[in-house]
Amino acid sequence: MPGKLKVKICAGRHLPVMDRASDLTDAFVEVKFSNTTFKTEVYPKSLNPQWNSEWFKFEVDDEDLQDEPLQITVLDHDTYSANDAIGKVYIDIDPLLCSEAATVICGWFPIYDTIHGIRGEINVSVKVDLFNDLNRFRQSSCGVKFFCSTSIPKCYKAVVVHGFVEELVVNEDPEYQWIDRIRTPRASNEARQRLISLMSGELQRKIGLKVLEMGGNAVVGYLQCFDLEGESGLVVRAIGTACTLDKISNTSAAQLPACNSPSKEIKESPPVHPTSHGCRSTHNSPIHTASGSRLTQSFSVSVPTLIYTGMGSGGSAGKDGGHLKTLLRQQTQSALEQREFPFFTLTSFPLGFLIHAGGVVSARSVKLLDRIHNPDEPETRDAWWEEIRQEIKSHAKALGCHAVVGYSESTSICEEVCILSASGTAAVLNPKFLQDGCLDCYSENRLSRQPTFFSTGSEKGEFDFFLQSKDSSSMLGLEDTSPPSCGFCHIPYDELNMPFPAHLTYCCNCRRQKVPDVLFTTIDLPIEAAVTGKGCLIQARLCRLKKKAQGEANATAISNLLPFMEYELHTQLMNKLKLRGMNALFGLRIQISVGENMLVGLASATGVYLTALPAPGGIQIAGKTPSDIAYEQHISNIQKKINDTISRNKELYEIHPLEISEEVIGSPIPEPRQRSRLLRSHSESSDEVSELDLSHGKKDAFVLEIDDADAVEDILSLLTDAPLPTGFYSCNTENMPGIHNWTSSIQMFTTVRVFRLNNVNVTNQGLNKCFNDLCENLLKSLYFKLRSMIPCCICHLNFTVAVPEDELIQVAATAVAMTFDKDQSQEILKSNTAPMKAISENEEQLQFPMELSSDSPSVQTFPPSKGTGLLENASPQTIQGTSRATSVDYSSFADRCNSWIELIKLKAQTIRRGSIKTTPSLDKASPLAEGHLRLRSTPSCTDSTVTVVKMTPLSFIPGAKIIKYLGIINMFFIRETTSLREEGGVSGFLHTFIAEVFAMVRAHVAALGGNAVISYIMKECVFMENSNKNQAQCLINVSGDAVILIRESEQEGVPIQTHGSTNQTPQSGGAPVS
Amino acid sequence: MYTRTAFLNKRKCVGKEFDVKPEIFFLLPFDSKSGRSWDSNEVKMSVELDVFVGNTTIMDEEVYQLWLDGYTVNDAVSIRMKSGILEQFGTTEDVLESDTMDHYRTFQMTERLLHHPSKLVNQVLFQIPPHRQAMLIERYYAFDEAFVREVLGKKLSKGTKKDLDDVSAKTGITLKSCRRQFDNFKRVFKVVEEMKGPLVENVQCNFLLSDKLARDYAAIVFFANSRFETGKKKLQYLTFEDFAFCACQLIQNWTVGAVDNMVEDMDVDLDKEFLQDLKDLKILITDKDMLDQHKSLVCTGLRGKIQVFNEMEGNFKNLSRGLINIAAKLTNTKDVRDFFIDLVEKVIEPCKADRWLISDVRAFLTQYTNSARALDGFKHQAVWERYMCVIKSCILKMYHD
Repeated sequence: MPGKLKVKICAGRHLPVMDRASDLTDAFVEVKFSNTTFKTEVYPKSLNPQWNSEWFKFEVDDEDLQDEPLQITVLDHDTYSANDAIGKVYIDIDPLLCSEAATVICGWFPIYDTIHGIRGEINVSVKVDLFNDLNRFRQSSCGVKFFCSTSIPKCYKAVVVHGFVEELVVNEDPEYQWIDRIRTPRASNEARQRLISLMSGELQRKIGLKVLEMGGNAVVGYLQCFDLEGESGLVVRAIGTACTLDKISNTSAAQLPACNSPSKEIKESPPVHPTSHGCRSTHNSPIHTASGSRLTQSFSVSVPTLIYTGMGSGGSAGKDGGHLKTLLRQQTQSALEQREFPFFTLTSFPLGFLIHAGGVVSARSVKLLDRIHNPDEPETRDAWWEEIRQEIKSHAKALGCHAVVGYSESTSICEEVCILSASGTAAVLNPKFLQDGCLDCYSENRLSRQPTFFSTGSEKGEFDFFLQSKDSSSMLGLEDTSPPSCGFCHIPYDELNMPFPAHLTYCCNCRRQKVPDVLFTTIDLPIEAAVTGKGCLIQARLCRLKKKAQGEANATAISNLLPFMEYELHTQLMNKLKLRGMNALFGLRIQISVGENMLVGLASATGVYLTALPAPGGIQIAGKTPSDIAYEQHISNIQKKINDTISRNKELYEIHPLEISEEVIGSPIPEPRQRSRLLRSHSESSDEVSELDLSHGKKDAFVLEIDDADAVEDILSLLTDAPLPTGFYSCNTENMPGIHNWTSSIQMFTTVRVFRLNNVNVTNQGLNKCFNDLCENLLKSLYFKLRSMIPCCICHLNFTVAVPEDELIQVAATAVAMTFDKDQSQEILKSNTAPMKAISENEEQLQFPMELSSDSPSVQTFPPSKGTGLLENASPQTIQGTSRATSVDYSSFADRCNSWIELIKLKAQTIRRGSIKTTPSLDKASPLAEGHLRLRSTPSCTDSTVTVVKMTPLSFIPGAKIIKYLGIINMFFIRETTSLREEGGVSGFLHTFIAEVFAMVRAHVAALGGNAVISYIMKECVFMENSNKNQAQCLINVSGDAVILIRESEQEGVPIQTHGSTNQTPQSGGAPVS
Repeated sequence: MYTRTAFLNKRKCVGKEFDVKPEIFFLLPFDSKSGRSWDSNEVKMSVELDVFVGNTTIMDEEVYQLWLDGYTVNDAVSIRMKSGILEQFGTTEDVLESDTMDHYRTFQMTERLLHHPSKLVNQVLFQIPPHRQAMLIERYYAFDEAFVREVLGKKLSKGTKKDLDDVSAKTGITLKSCRRQFDNFKRVFKVVEEMKGPLVENVQCNFLLSDKLARDYAAIVFFANSRFETGKKKLQYLTFEDFAFCACQLIQNWTVGAVDNMVEDMDVDLDKEFLQDLKDLKILITDKDMLDQHKSLVCTGLRGKIQVFNEMEGNFKNLSRGLINIAAKLTNTKDVRDFFIDLVEKVIEPCKADRWLISDVRAFLTQYTNSARALDGFKHQAVWERYMCVIKSCILKMYHD
């Protein structure tokens, strides 16, 4: 009998009128947990009943405590007939099971009914007494903390990052059970809500068990999704990263100064530099006197495999570097390979965790669904995901990486076809952080730095991560010798043995290691990365028509289309990136949704100019048939437009890279130094490409060849992206590159649009144009709506597309607009030496990438105009232009498809499509995670006596400090109506529903004692309507972390223990807890 | 075999569902089907659904005003376009329309809460900062001068409501806006009509209005309750503000609440006893001696002090008779209704005809009031003072063109 759950029903308010005769209600409440039910007295004739019930006590297993939600039903008593249900409240009591989260749930909960929405509120108090102590759970996993946020939560430090956990549970969907024929839709929807609640609880418990097995105590980056597979069932699946987290309790003196500015701390203990080993330090001298302490990294980068083949003509990296790299890889691999999947759902990391990012790896697979025969053995689904993950893993390996970070999984279902997708960023992680085993061997090894060092330790292959401490920083391994501001860009694979042809140059930052010309990643921009100018949202949009088909034929058709779609999306991304004069993408998310007669693809990412990477070339248009003068004219017009756009964008995003003295890239349109080709035409082989490249010599403009009408269209469509209105920026990541001085005003919003295509005879091109227009329009609407917040940045702007029916396209987005102080940002950019007063933190943050990368004071003498320039002190070192070209090798797809099909001709019809690797890299470090809260902004959150609950999809709120995590919010609602017109049509219906969902999330957070939800996402929004019948139905699934925030200003007054620790300890107090 | 949309096909009459009427009614033509659409090459695309919901509810004051003024979405869009907003923010009509629709929906959902402003403060559906809530309420309860002049003093009944289209046609205010304003009057009236305590405070507590607006509503309630006539042609020159001022004077001095502040209806009904006592003032005109004495006292006091002395002297008896008759008749409900007309006809118009300046009127009334005290045999000083102080302020307020 491990737990006692106590519930008290206090009062109700704003109840609906249930008895028309008296205009009043005789309300009572049923409290149900598991199989036990209690009832309150009937409180007659009132819309604001006061029940003040006793404490209802449920004695239950802790397993049930985790699985079951508390169900509270409010009813209207009726003497002569059955009682009418007014509505329900489901309370997830999981937060109470963990000592560090909430201790009591108490507050006003909206009473929700699937037909009527919110109908008044009820005041409930819930407590749990757990009898057993921590070590005795086996069935249950009480006490494991869950976090949705994809970075280490602010008031914790990660002692060990154990790695990937996943689980899925399946069940029949109540809507498709036989009983559904005879019950009301309301009953059916309530059954679904209950079931999903139950399954979520069960899933969380099972994941918790795995975490306990691994020795962890928390799951970070927890992402739970459900797949409505229709007749074949309901799948709830989750992934996350198991960690051992320690609540930060700060005592160390070192933290005191740090409270003021995290960046200061970093200055104090430059983890990396001069002390490191001999072989590396030799690199310091000859070239970069200015930046003496930067050590080489022998890694170079990669480009999206599918798209580009480059000529690796650059100078080779140091031999010793290569050697060491191999060594490193062996070490870390041995540690990682013991884990089945070395995946991390995190997107930002403690400083020094990520060494190199190899590029995006992704895999998709098309499956035919069939009924889940035995819900207790969900092997089929498990097997499907297993295959995908294996593929991801092998892709990562091919990129010379042993791990995948920023990992996520998704599905798209249409009738019986299902596309499973997974993507992440191949990465090399710091062996210091990846060390298996305990603290002891860590300290031992860090002194001796033996290659064998990593093979010691536990079988589990956990990674210990030691957040920077002063002593450990000096011990960091070879890899750390690259400056943090560029290290993650360096290629992780062996240059001489590249997994694919790529175009490499020396890093513009440190000049020692190779970097790719373009970098794609799924993670957030590491805080220490050196960036020039500001970032921006880049989207690639694509529709492809598909014939309606059934079963296997349909699946085949889809899987045939997928590679082309990915290829085109990548092409678009690349072109748009060039058009903005940028060279890297972060937070890349590619979503491909399947409908009956079309596939819709949407790729979003945040483009940025990484100082370490070479300046992107321009785009040059080449006509195929230069015979016609008018045609030439046309071409040159387009060329001019493109050039204008590029230079305008550079202005807009403040991209003014420091020039390398030898090569003039200064003019807005770079001189074509080397030319590479993006070949659009389908048949071109990579051989041809390289020939062409050679012939063009060293030019780096990107050539778009116009060989047919399609190409013209495509190029023109590049130019259709409307420019951002003045004062607006947008990104889809947690951090907006180039903006740091947030002020405290935020506005989170959800927007949903559904479009109907009215024309039956559409072409791909028309469809694309349409889709493009609608996305642009949606963005324009957002800018207009949020105009009062200017200057502001819309962060975490991720679109979700779906094809709910024939000819319908649904686009949804949840994002946050945050204001920032414009003047300040400019000031900071202009003169980073100027003393800044009040908000110096911001400045410091801006500066610290530089400081990190340079020990010598001389660096500080950078021309003030170049914000983050790290390069210009470098001696004129020639960067060998190498030509780059692109090609697609579809044959590999085909191969994979074939072999795969042969392998799996099992129960489920499956057709597998090859996957795509793309490359970039990145690294995320703790200062960001730890520091940004305090870095952003200063002023006011309006104080109100009412509990205002802030919501954001990010893991921080500017101007405020998170002092406590109260637990995960994971809610699922269904709303239906039979009076669609009366409720304002589809828009009115959905508007109300979304507002209700927000209200319920806020109420639950407030009841937990919190005042904000962070990492909030709407994971699902399935909308169906039948206007003829005046009916509609919608399902929404949301999640986030409930937290307690205090305003930054208050925080200063608070004893340092509460907050200073948060920032500091991760960096300074890295001692792992054994 | 079920399909994904099974729920739609098998939906039947909902069991014994107590069919509470949907709480939100959308009166406006929100026909999503007729929404925006555009051609893009050969493909036609229409917006089927379009919503934007902020965690903090976004409300544009301009759009709110348009909504309050009763414009349809289309009208509102074209009005906004004329303001140059498109050029200013470089956006398109589509965007403006979508934005306007979002706002209209939000306002419509908020409307039922605005009917009971205390609910708006406690509701959970919309997160609205307090100052915004105050703005929403204040503007919702604000009314048009032209409208209120039409309705002031009328019975707030269904009959009046039916005539609102005439009011709308006459004033140029949309019918929807007229209805809102009328319903506001009626709602406030119903809530405070029977309440104990001061009227203004009751309005303020129940509807969370500003001081000024609460006082205006108190006046409206007061006028509606006593059904003062305000619509006659002769009264057309008076503004609502004039009436509100008078109402305030009446409430403060002539109601039950002026004497005892814990009675029901204290501020709404005139003090019956007082009205009865007013009859005693008749002596001032019925007793010839007293009338003459009063006249001579006034003339002595005013000689050389007003420009229209002769006219005053000639007209004194008429004026005095007018003033006292008004007082004497107030026991009749019918005559109470004509209170303002009487003031205009019996006092203001004669004075205006003789081109009295307002300072003359003031001097006269002051002297007239004070002199009565000195009259031998006049024993109704208290009633006299209570009567005349209101009359004086009202006349002075109403004495303009």
